[in-house]
Amino acid sequence: MNSAATPTRRQLHPPPVPASPFPYNPGSLLSASDLSLEEVSRILNRATILENADPLVRDRILAKRRLALLFYESSTRTRTSFELAAKGLGADTTLVSSLSSSIEKGESLKDTGLTLRALGAEAIILRHNSSGAAWLLEAETRLPVLNAGDGMHEHPTQALLDLRTILAHLRPGVETVDKETLAGVTVTLVGDIQHSRVARSNMLLLPRMGARVLLCGPKELLPELAEQVGPGVTIERDFDAALRQSQAVMMLRIQAERLAGLQLDLAQYKADYQLTGPRLAEHAPTALVMHPGPIIRGLEVTSGVADGVQSVILEQVKNGVAIRMAVVERALTATPEGGRA
Amino acid sequence: MTAILIRGGHLIDPAAGVDGLKDIFLKDGRVAEIGGPGKLKSTNGAEVLDATGLTVAPGLIDMHVHLREPGQGYKETIATGTAAAAAGGFTAVAAMPNTIPVNDSPETTRWMLAPERNAAIRVFPIAAATRGSKGEAINDYAALKSAGAVAVTDDGHPILKDNIMRETLAAAARVGLSVIQHAEDTRMTQGASMNAGAMAFKLGLRGMPTEAESGLVERDIRLVTELRDTRVHLHVAHTSTAAALAAVRQARRSGLRVTCEVAPHHFLLTEEHVGLYNTNAKMNPPLRSAADRDAMIEAILDGVVDAIATDHAPHAVHEKEVEFEHAPNGITGLETALGLCIRWLHKEWKMPLGRVLSLLSAQPAALLNLKGRGTLTVGSFADVVIFDPKAEWTHNARDTKSKSRNTPFDGWTMQGKVRWTISEGRVAYTREG
Repeated sequence: MNSAATPTRRQLHPPPVPASPFPYNPGSLLSASDLSLEEVSRILNRATILENADPLVRDRILAKRRLALLFYESSTRTRTSFELAAKGLGADTTLVSSLSSSIEKGESLKDTGLTLRALGAEAIILRHNSSGAAWLLEAETRLPVLNAGDGMHEHPTQALLDLRTILAHLRPGVETVDKETLAGVTVTLVGDIQHSRVARSNMLLLPRMGARVLLCGPKELLPELAEQVGPGVTIERDFDAALRQSQAVMMLRIQAERLAGLQLDLAQYKADYQLTGPRLAEHAPTALVMHPGPIIRGLEVTSGVADGVQSVILEQVKNGVAIRMAVVERALTATPEGGRA
Repeated sequence: MTAILIRGGHLIDPAAGVDGLKDIFLKDGRVAEIGGPGKLKSTNGAEVLDATGLTVAPGLIDMHVHLREPGQGYKETIATGTAAAAAGGFTAVAAMPNTIPVNDSPETTRWMLAPERNAAIRVFPIAAATRGSKGEAINDYAALKSAGAVAVTDDGHPILKDNIMRETLAAAARVGLSVIQHAEDTRMTQGASMNAGAMAFKLGLRGMPTEAESGLVERDIRLVTELRDTRVHLHVAHTSTAAALAAVRQARRSGLRVTCEVAPHHFLLTEEHVGLYNTNAKMNPPLRSAADRDAMIEAILDGVVDAIATDHAPHAVHEKEVEFEHAPNGITGLETALGLCIRWLHKEWKMPLGRVLSLLSAQPAALLNLKGRGTLTVGSFADVVIFDPKAEWTHNARDTKSKSRNTPFDGWTMQGKVRWTISEGRVAYTREG
């Protein structure tokens, strides 16, 4: 016991935190942090090969394999690009959305997943409004699960397609990445970081290749502790100062559906964080302008910027198909050792 | 009523200051005689339990459990919950009122105490502080007390209104009941499902700030101070934050009757144990930071904590197999409390076994004013736990006597294995094999 005179703290040695059992399936892509840089490189390489492949050859790769798209939230880009990616490889897809399915009648995610597996689905692509839903689905089905966005948590394929877009412009020709590949590159994420799964996945992925990630936004949408997510992430609340340091700037939508009663002064928000033509010209005349979509023109970006020469927003969409081809292929061909079947 | 002779065991009765080899003779539900090994007379015809190499102690008392009856028998019944309690060495549990209907009436209190419930050990209902636990109108505490209630609380539905809480404290004091507060300012925790902080941000979950707990504890202590009535007893349930403990510590220094309990999960686990959305690590209050967890350990070792209570909160498997934010709060705890306390508080952190046992029996008995329990002096209730203090074992959630198995301690190594649990002179649990 300690004497009163020397209140040194005890060395406690409390119970350790157990190692994560996830992912159960080597084909799963749940979090951007699950991928080693070797796996990221392989996905980037395969994306290019598959994108350039003869469609009539490509569609034999997963001919007649079965994928289910399970969507609890509406989606244009993610859903369509996953579907085109799977079909481009010859796979059959089926779409189950929360409207027009038994989910409306109260069927649980577990039962929906087990039902899809019984119907022959070999992998499930899940978009869900609850953080962590992809982990639950994977644990219950043990199928390859591709996380197409879970609540406010992650959207790993978005981070991969953002990476492909950034590399194409700032490191042309580079597809094999290492921890130095993006050294000297600053990427600023702007806006509703708190509710953004795109932000979290990018914050986990980009710094591992040496990029500096700046977070920019008001306190209500960007808590101080966001910096603690991982190394290489810092907060810069002055948008102009952030722009001046950036080679790429990623504008995020205010996620009205997740604000949970939070009231924002939109006029003030636009004054502080809207990316306008003059602001871009003055502070970041060569930076890439990115946006995961959907864009709310006139709020986070002006139309002129969205359609401007620095905008790579539609390239991001296009890269989504290539990346998702590689990820879908990986889902159905991955082996436990991490090699290819 | 049968008689039982417990022979050859090492009796630890912290309230009586006993720590040595003793034989104990139980008769008619009471402790009839205690003596040195082989010294007891007139034990003919008694059932003999050979406790050689085992520890004999007052039966454990859990002042915070959810038995789910009436209303949610699919999660737990009084019969199954008390069977789990007996297996964990408990001889008395205090049952929280968040049942369906809420236990806010003498009728429900009596229903819970009826012999038809088949309780394996003694159940002490804690009645709702307000009608329907809605925090608006206080109940008739005298009537609830005479029906068998031992304290009042709106557990799970904290009393936020100052005037209602003040009235609750004053009215309960007048009839000699304690007020147990689940300290959570629910205005700060809407839609939240884990501790607020970097971990919650990373997981994309809304967080419950520590201030939601400590702020309400501070408010309650202020009300106790203002009442200036020494009969007022505020007990803080499942304390989880360093700030709330600091407030309790300060209140005690000021001479107020403010006490607190800590659950095993709050002195062993942190928000890191939520891992990737483990719903069996979701409870309210949530698992906190390592600093808060360490503060719980320190406060237990320093004697600021008055009791260890499990907050046993069974939920059916299907209720926990859902998205984290939709999963109900709570974990089971009755069968793991002793094994965890001995493994960690005693073995790891060197707390004397007698003090550990006191936190699990004598002290909760005193907090709830349970006469003749929490000690094994002659004339006390024959509530006894007999366990092997050295035996290590692995908890398997599937082996539980509870109806539910929502525990984060599945597969954990425990120390201290219950051999027999005796409730009022009756063997309520015997470990087979």
